[in-house]
Amino acid sequence: MIAAAALFLIALLGAGAASAAEIPLAERKSGYEFMGRETRAMQDDDTANPAMLSVLDGETLWQRKDGSAAKSCADCHGDARTSMKGVAARYPAFDAARRRPVDLEERVNICRAEKQQATPLAFESKELLALAAYVGRQSRGMPIDIADDARMRPFLQAGRDMFTKRQGQLNLSCAQCHDDNWGQKLAGAPIPQGHPTGYPLYRLEWQTLGSLQRRLRNCLFGMRAVSYPYGAPEYVNLELYLMWRARRMPIETPAVRP
Amino acid sequence: MARALINAPAKAKHGEAIEIKTMISHTMETGFRPDSTGRPIPRDIITELVCRYNGEEIFRAELFPAIAANPFLTFFTVATESGTLSFEWTGDNGFSATESVNITVE
Repeated sequence: MIAAAALFLIALLGAGAASAAEIPLAERKSGYEFMGRETRAMQDDDTANPAMLSVLDGETLWQRKDGSAAKSCADCHGDARTSMKGVAARYPAFDAARRRPVDLEERVNICRAEKQQATPLAFESKELLALAAYVGRQSRGMPIDIADDARMRPFLQAGRDMFTKRQGQLNLSCAQCHDDNWGQKLAGAPIPQGHPTGYPLYRLEWQTLGSLQRRLRNCLFGMRAVSYPYGAPEYVNLELYLMWRARRMPIETPAVRP
Repeated sequence: MARALINAPAKAKHGEAIEIKTMISHTMETGFRPDSTGRPIPRDIITELVCRYNGEEIFRAELFPAIAANPFLTFFTVATESGTLSFEWTGDNGFSATESVNITVE
């Protein structure tokens, strides 16, 4: 009898664990598929997508000489349409000098500091977002391809732990919404699966372009959890895990979201 | 300098109705929002868009604080002759931007 009850309990626990499992690769959906027709139309048409204004700004910044080295991005990297093709699909990527992954925005600032000898751009500044959007745009349609090697694994695991860890006054984890309850409604809005396929993206609620870190802060705020300062390793690890979770999904940068 | 995107057909048949899509980068600050210290942020919006077809005004729109950032306006006109569609946005704090595209009518 006791054995039967124990078995039943184990079965229950097992079922509980199964519901918190990762989304099977074939069932993954981009946030695009949860949007309304009008918002999709905005993203589909480059002349109606307000993020394209920033991409154009990024194209100008790419050519602009800056810093005491008086170099532009183009001086080293040439034409971004060829040199930056597929780059955003690989970020966050491992930085050998720092021995940790860095995201695309940080990579831009590392280049600024080391190659251009210019002051780093502030997180969420128009210029940094414009450059990230311009670089990201060159990978549109390409599959996300995060390196999953021994150097990256501890950071990937840290990101996964952050994703599944309950936090904040609501005691929620990211996984509870985005793995277990995607497709349901939260305050009338559909819960997406949380694949970062289109960052930096234009969010209608923000009325501007924003980075993935800004979006993560939004979620943490909603969970009434402590958010980290921009550029914190916690965000980069989570970004890394989310990109790995969205591996082989096509890049949509610059996307539009409600 | 504000950035503008115009989507109008480069070629059209005479008498054809053509769709013109315009978008311009602008914060469209309503004047009703407070900043982090509680003071209201002054209004800064685009107040008007005028479109001229070979110098003749064919479309005019007044914009108000309730319009979202980066205003996107589309309208139709009839393709009558080859020439230039010019767009002029004006707004608060002396804001002014112009853009033009050419159209060939066959």
